[in-house]
Amino acid sequence: MSRNSFLESTLQGFARAVSKALQSEHAATQPGLLQHLDPRVRVLGILALVVSVVLCRRAEAIAAIFLVAVALAVASRVSLTSLARRVWLVVLGFSGVIAVPALFLTPGEPLVAAPALHLSISVQGVRTAVLLVLRVETAATLTTVLVLSTAWTHILKALRSLHLPAEIVTMLAMTHRYVFLLIETANQMFESRQSRTVGILSSAERRRMTTRTAGVLLSKSIELSQEVYLAMLSRGFRGEVRLLSDFRLQLCDYASLTAFFLTACATVWMGR
Amino acid sequence: MHIPDGYLSPSTCATFYVVAASGWYGALKRIKQLLATRAIPLISVFAAFCFVVMMFNVPLPGGTTGHAVGVGVSTIVLGPWGSILAISIALAIQALFFGDGGITTLGANCFNMAMVGSFTAYALYRLVAANSDLKSRRRVLAAAIAGYVAINASALVTAVELGVQPMLFHDASGTPLYAPYPLHVAIPAMMIGHLTLAGLAEAVIAAGMVSYLQRADLGLLGGLISGTRGVSGPASTPTPLAVATSEPSPGRLWWIVACLMLLTPLGILAAGTAWGEWSSAAFTSPHTRDQIAAGSGNHALPSSVPVGIQRLSAVWTAPFPGYAPSFIRNPMFGYLLSAIFGVGLLVLASLIARAVSRKWSAGNLHS
Repeated sequence: MSRNSFLESTLQGFARAVSKALQSEHAATQPGLLQHLDPRVRVLGILALVVSVVLCRRAEAIAAIFLVAVALAVASRVSLTSLARRVWLVVLGFSGVIAVPALFLTPGEPLVAAPALHLSISVQGVRTAVLLVLRVETAATLTTVLVLSTAWTHILKALRSLHLPAEIVTMLAMTHRYVFLLIETANQMFESRQSRTVGILSSAERRRMTTRTAGVLLSKSIELSQEVYLAMLSRGFRGEVRLLSDFRLQLCDYASLTAFFLTACATVWMGR
Repeated sequence: MHIPDGYLSPSTCATFYVVAASGWYGALKRIKQLLATRAIPLISVFAAFCFVVMMFNVPLPGGTTGHAVGVGVSTIVLGPWGSILAISIALAIQALFFGDGGITTLGANCFNMAMVGSFTAYALYRLVAANSDLKSRRRVLAAAIAGYVAINASALVTAVELGVQPMLFHDASGTPLYAPYPLHVAIPAMMIGHLTLAGLAEAVIAAGMVSYLQRADLGLLGGLISGTRGVSGPASTPTPLAVATSEPSPGRLWWIVACLMLLTPLGILAAGTAWGEWSSAAFTSPHTRDQIAAGSGNHALPSSVPVGIQRLSAVWTAPFPGYAPSFIRNPMFGYLLSAIFGVGLLVLASLIARAVSRKWSAGNLHS
């Protein structure tokens, strides 16, 4: 790996973020189970399941919800391969690394012991590691299924209809829009710099280059915010935020919401 | 430092949502007062900037790289209230859209990174930069220190949140139900990475950007939100929007009291009995006798309960002894109820005192 690989890894990070966003937009337009439901039902239902997973104290109950999440993904035409790449492997790598030492460090009844190495795995250690990994995997799967089956604008509208302040919803919407513009801007700056870089930069020069790019991006962001503000004023913005909400609940939405809440309550009851 | 779902208990998540919501409310109110209609586009675009900066791979000494949060530079440019909003919005987008950090833990993540980070960075930047010139090297150093300490303060708070989980939330067999490591493991594990890589990345980004802005866009260092954009020369301390110029309003005080009440169950974490606050029963139990002796330089204790303690302890029996009312089994709820009861009594006493004082003042006026 070259010493200028920080440039490549930053550019790869940008590309991954844009690719994830495109993937989400594409999946949200597929005809599937969740896509047919009102976005408010999707947001509330998935949120109820995530909360039930966090409340649950038994691995068996969490595993049942994990299967529900996988079934929802399949029924909503969310690719299991992308789910595995985007969530399962990443979470397993991150939470697995965190959970493994818990096998040895959690005090309790010994399950397996290696006296020569002064190591022992406790029953409590195994339980806590399984609970942690399973809980994080399930919550992340549910969240990702929601994001992949719902357009960002619909998530925001649903949050607004759940009484999140209009200013916050507007800021989330605008931030999401300008994140991609600024990623594109930063991408171009790094690419143009990369194309003009010959040889290996020193460590100090690489740092200077990164901070200068961040500084230019900051100045551009401030200018952009002023332009956006003027554009908003020209369209009659006077500080009042109004969002359109054209959602209509159907019978199947009520039924689905009931099913979501019953599942969540059953999980909490079984996992108490 | 982004805590995913499942690492914190529901009650911890709910507590931090309440604390974070009060912070967001205060920040939004303050920003709208200062910026009026400009607040929304400025904070939105700045949040997008913070999001993108979090993706930068910052080269560090030793050939490695790290990621910064951008809390140092956002506090310097926007002030702590603006920074709270911008970083929180960026974290919300990361959690909701990119699955980085949990939904149930969003309140805790915003508290740790946006709130603790912004206020720490603000205090340190003001302290170190003092009244130095906007173009001075001292401001670059101040930014580096502010960024480094802010990110480490955030990491420490995160580690404490994770470290108290096994103490507070475990099942009957002792299995931790959420984050499994106690404080003596969680704190070093979290801090090693932040004292080295993440802290350095934050310091490099904050110092490097202040140095760049000193040459290219000095106005941004002069307090963007307070309307001083374009300041080019005079040595003026940045006066970002966070400089509190008015007395705290009663509404805000109520919020603070409410937050403190919610945090009262932290008292359960203290092990043993506070020195000098022993009950007569503490002198009869061998376990507490050992604790008292250990805490008193191993001086020998009297063999029986001292007569004075025994006599006076019977004078008054508290309705909520040890902040644990007898009719409540859950100690956390007992603490919370005690806090509500205590605050209620104080409010009642202050209302009575105010009514008496008004009556007395009116009587004096008439006479």
